[in-house]
Amino acid sequence: MKFTILVYENESDFSARSDGARKDAYWGAYRAYTQALTEAGIMVGGAGLEPPPHATTIRQRNGKRQVQDGPFAETKEQLGGYYVIDVPSLDKALEWAARCPSAASGAVEVRPNLSM
Amino acid sequence: MSYAAAELAARSSYGRLLAYLAAWSRDVTAAEDALGEAFLEAVDAWPRAGVPEKPEAWLLAVARRRLVDVARHAKVEDRASVALRLVLDRAEQEASAKAMFPDERLKLLFVCAHPAIDEAARTPLMLQTVLGLDAARIASAFLVAPATMGQRLVRVKAKIREAGIHFEIPEPHELPLRLASVLDAIYAAYGSGWDDVTGADPRRQGLAEEAIWLGRLVTRLRPGEPEAQGLLALMLHCEARRGARRDAAGVYVPLTRQDVALWSRPMIEEAEGLLTAASAAQQPGRFQLEAAIQSVHAQRALTGGTDWEAIALLYEGLIRLAPTIGAQVGYAAALAEARGDESGLAVLGVLAPEVVAGYQPYWALSAHLLKRLGRAGEARQAYVRATGLSEDPAVREFLREGFDTAPESA
Repeated sequence: MKFTILVYENESDFSARSDGARKDAYWGAYRAYTQALTEAGIMVGGAGLEPPPHATTIRQRNGKRQVQDGPFAETKEQLGGYYVIDVPSLDKALEWAARCPSAASGAVEVRPNLSM
Repeated sequence: MSYAAAELAARSSYGRLLAYLAAWSRDVTAAEDALGEAFLEAVDAWPRAGVPEKPEAWLLAVARRRLVDVARHAKVEDRASVALRLVLDRAEQEASAKAMFPDERLKLLFVCAHPAIDEAARTPLMLQTVLGLDAARIASAFLVAPATMGQRLVRVKAKIREAGIHFEIPEPHELPLRLASVLDAIYAAYGSGWDDVTGADPRRQGLAEEAIWLGRLVTRLRPGEPEAQGLLALMLHCEARRGARRDAAGVYVPLTRQDVALWSRPMIEEAEGLLTAASAAQQPGRFQLEAAIQSVHAQRALTGGTDWEAIALLYEGLIRLAPTIGAQVGYAAALAEARGDESGLAVLGVLAPEVVAGYQPYWALSAHLLKRLGRAGEARQAYVRATGLSEDPAVREFLREGFDTAPESA
């Protein structure tokens, strides 16, 4: 079964990416986590995302298009990346999701992928 | 009394009432529903009419009426319904006469850990029935989706009713195995067993106190069982080190580097007393051995040193009884200290790759030993693997330090 692990990060997580004192810990943790997923043979794909200020949101309503700078919703935690994994059950998916570094600071959401 | 202790005392009453009602109705779900309604009625009636003189008897009487109503509505065979009512009437008389009723919690524990019950459901079932924890909290502790946990608990309770699992103390010939299942389920609530290499803090699960409480309950309801005493001793030894497992900055401190002044002396003394009492029975078992290993570690508070050779020997005995991956990695760690890092690494080397692939302590110990042997490249790889498998930021931080101090190239 394929699941997507959505990595939600808070502002402090996003700033840790380039903060001299914290960036080694930040990237080290994600590199290690990504490598563990790969070596376990369950990694299907994924990507890290640039922070929310880099987002552009598009809406079309009644034939009118609206383009807006920034993410679609202003929330404390924002999508920072995602992993797609292939594991036998939701229990297993949760076990892996709990190891994602953002579980300890922001949040991690697990969703089964639709089978198409 | 801490908040958690007060909460557990309140739960004690719930567990006793539920065990009693479930044992007589043989229907855990119906007993839970009836007791739940009795509590609701109390919330409504007690503030108005005052708390009854014997609150438990009051709750029991209300729950009893609900159970009989439900049994009648379910069109249970008349005779069964009458029998149920007679039994409950007697119970009520007993309850109001002595304000006490038989403690059936041990029987309930045996039902929860019955061989017909799926192993993964045993501990959650115990926590819900004996302690009254809700499914959501149990789900968090076991890292399962709350909806899934709720369904599992419903299914397993239906099975108890449909399979007619008896609420009874097992016959002497099957007692040791059945008791072992109860103890295993309690231990599963405590968390992963040994804490020196894993870095796991059982407290993160939030159920350490509950597990110790259940361990005490079993030693009280079934005195003189050496393995039950061993389990309680083991949990107390691990719990005694709680305050020493993190430094002031919140970074994980491995057992060998912990400040012994931060260990809880009363807990260690209680654990040692239990272990001594258990050994008098001369029936060694898995939990006594695990507790004995922790007891050797605890000696460091008195002697300043650790007898690794003794620990390695105890692990050898433990592996013969229960060859778990945890015991094997623990053996490797002890052997490395007692007879050299190469010996420890050799033990790790024979473990099956598919077993260790997702087992964090294996990689953490490998990294540690490889680094000490000067095999820096391999050590760094193992550090990365262990970090990726860690849930706890404090442990990740500790491993990063190890990684950073392993030289870039060997």
